[in-house]
Amino acid sequence: MRHRKAGKKLGRDSSHRRAVLRNMVTSLFRHEEISTTLAKAKALQPIADKMITLAKRGDLHARRQVLSYVMDKTIAHKLFDELKSRLLDRQGGYSRILRAGNRNGDNAPMAIVQLLLAGEDKKSKKTPKKDIKAKKTSKKKKTEEKAEVAEKEAVKEDNKEEASKES
Amino acid sequence: MAVPKKKKSKSRRDKRRSHHHLTMPNVSFCPKCHEPVLPHHVCMNCGTYNGESVIHVEKE
Repeated sequence: MRHRKAGKKLGRDSSHRRAVLRNMVTSLFRHEEISTTLAKAKALQPIADKMITLAKRGDLHARRQVLSYVMDKTIAHKLFDELKSRLLDRQGGYSRILRAGNRNGDNAPMAIVQLLLAGEDKKSKKTPKKDIKAKKTSKKKKTEEKAEVAEKEAVKEDNKEEASKES
Repeated sequence: MAVPKKKKSKSRRDKRRSHHHLTMPNVSFCPKCHEPVLPHHVCMNCGTYNGESVIHVEKE
C-alpha cells in the first residue's frame, strides 16, 4: 500500500534527489524560467513556493533557512532583496508549469517552470479563462477588477523604475 | 522440445495483428500561428498558451 507515501522519488536515492531539487530551485531563482521534465517540475514547484514564503517573511532566521537549501549564496540574497518585490502579491502559487512537448531521445514529457513576476503579468490578465470566470460571478468580477487595477498600477510603477534605471 | 504442430493460418495471423495499429495523438491547431499543438501544451512555434504569450521563442 502506498498510504501516506507522498512525494515522487524520481528514480534517485534520497541524497541524489535532494541535490537535484536544490540545484533546480537555485536555477529557477537564477534564471526565473527553467525547462525540465514534467515530473521534476512538479517536484520542484512546492519547494520553490516554500522558499518564496520564507523570503516574504524576510527575517534573519528565514534567510538562514533559505541559505541552507539554495546552492548559491548570491541567489538566496537575490531572492530576498530583488525577486521578493517583483513577485505577484498572492498567497502562494508564485510559479507555473507549462507542458512543452516530449524530449527527443527518450520521449520524456518536458515542462517549463516560470516564476510569475509582476511585470510579465500584463498579458495574463487577458486570458479568456479568467473572463469566463468573471462573468459567472459578478461579485468576484468586481474584486478581480479592483485587483487588476492595483496590479496595473504596480506594473506602471515598475516600468517607471525600469525606465529611470535605464536612463 | 515443444514445437507448434500446425502452421498458423494467414487468417489467424492477421486476426492477431488486428490490434497492432497506431493511434493518432489529439493534435489541435494553435489559434495564433496555426501550427499543430498537443492538448494542454504550449505552442512551441509561437510560445502562446491559452491566448497569452508565455515563453519567448527564438526565431531561426
